[in-house]
Amino acid sequence: MSTSATAHHDAHHDEHHDTGRNTTLGFWIYLMTDCILFSCFFATYAVLFMNTAGGVSGKDIFDLNLIAGGTAALLLSSITFGFAMISAYKKSKGGTLLWLAVTFVFGAAFIAIELYEFNHLIHAGHGPSTSAFLTAFFSLVGLHGLHVTAGLLWITIMFIDVAKRGLKDRTVTRLGCLSLFWHFLDVIWICVFSFVYLMGAM
Amino acid sequence: MSQHDHDAHSHGSVSSYVVGFVLSVILTVIPFWAVMTSAYDRATLFAIIVVTAVVQIVVHLKYFLHLNFTKEGKIDTLSFIFTAIVIVMVVALSIWIIYESVLMMMY
Repeated sequence: MSTSATAHHDAHHDEHHDTGRNTTLGFWIYLMTDCILFSCFFATYAVLFMNTAGGVSGKDIFDLNLIAGGTAALLLSSITFGFAMISAYKKSKGGTLLWLAVTFVFGAAFIAIELYEFNHLIHAGHGPSTSAFLTAFFSLVGLHGLHVTAGLLWITIMFIDVAKRGLKDRTVTRLGCLSLFWHFLDVIWICVFSFVYLMGAM
Repeated sequence: MSQHDHDAHSHGSVSSYVVGFVLSVILTVIPFWAVMTSAYDRATLFAIIVVTAVVQIVVHLKYFLHLNFTKEGKIDTLSFIFTAIVIVMVVALSIWIIYESVLMMMY
């Protein structure tokens, strides 16, 4: 009896105190499965990167200045999103909107750099169908780019949500999930620039 | 620690984000500088890239994703550790198996 009473008390307690907590935990579990998806792409790249079919290798095509620029944009967007979250917890609507907009600009700059790089490579005759190395490269970096693009879309949606309806608890929970997603993408990017670009270029 | 302090801690503050950002910048600049100037031999460069990447991931997890071992945050941290183990198995074992088979086919 006493156990079920305690369990009931706990459930009740959670309901009152922590409605957003389960949502955030569920989203975190999704991110962990996404992590495993990325790790499969990394493993594929690690296995295939030497199979250049007599064509270019990473050393020939990676432009580290460009990658440093993209890395800087993504890292700056990480801290500006952090400021957006701090504003959101303080219920400062103007601050949240401002920092979300700044984050969007940095994220868009990252995507612009990546599109420029891909466009440049494809026009130079190094498209994804040229060799196993390039297929794995475009898949891995493109998968990350697609995630960032989805993040930009989500930032736009949250910007409209906050602008129209303000910072209700539910909106702050959604922003919290987006913040996990955005910071998670930066962690994946650390692996991409370290293991793909830097090791490829050295 | 009061409930309010705990919340402030798990959400992060301006100073904790700035600390995380500065550490990340340092840990990004070091490997880029080392590779772009080719300052060291391949083995050293490899070690620098791996170590700075791992440390920077830990910095991001702590300062940006706020993983911790408090009662509330423990489940996130444990699920991450579990995932990290799965990833090590997927990546490391795939590489091991494929490279061994390549060697066997060559000799």
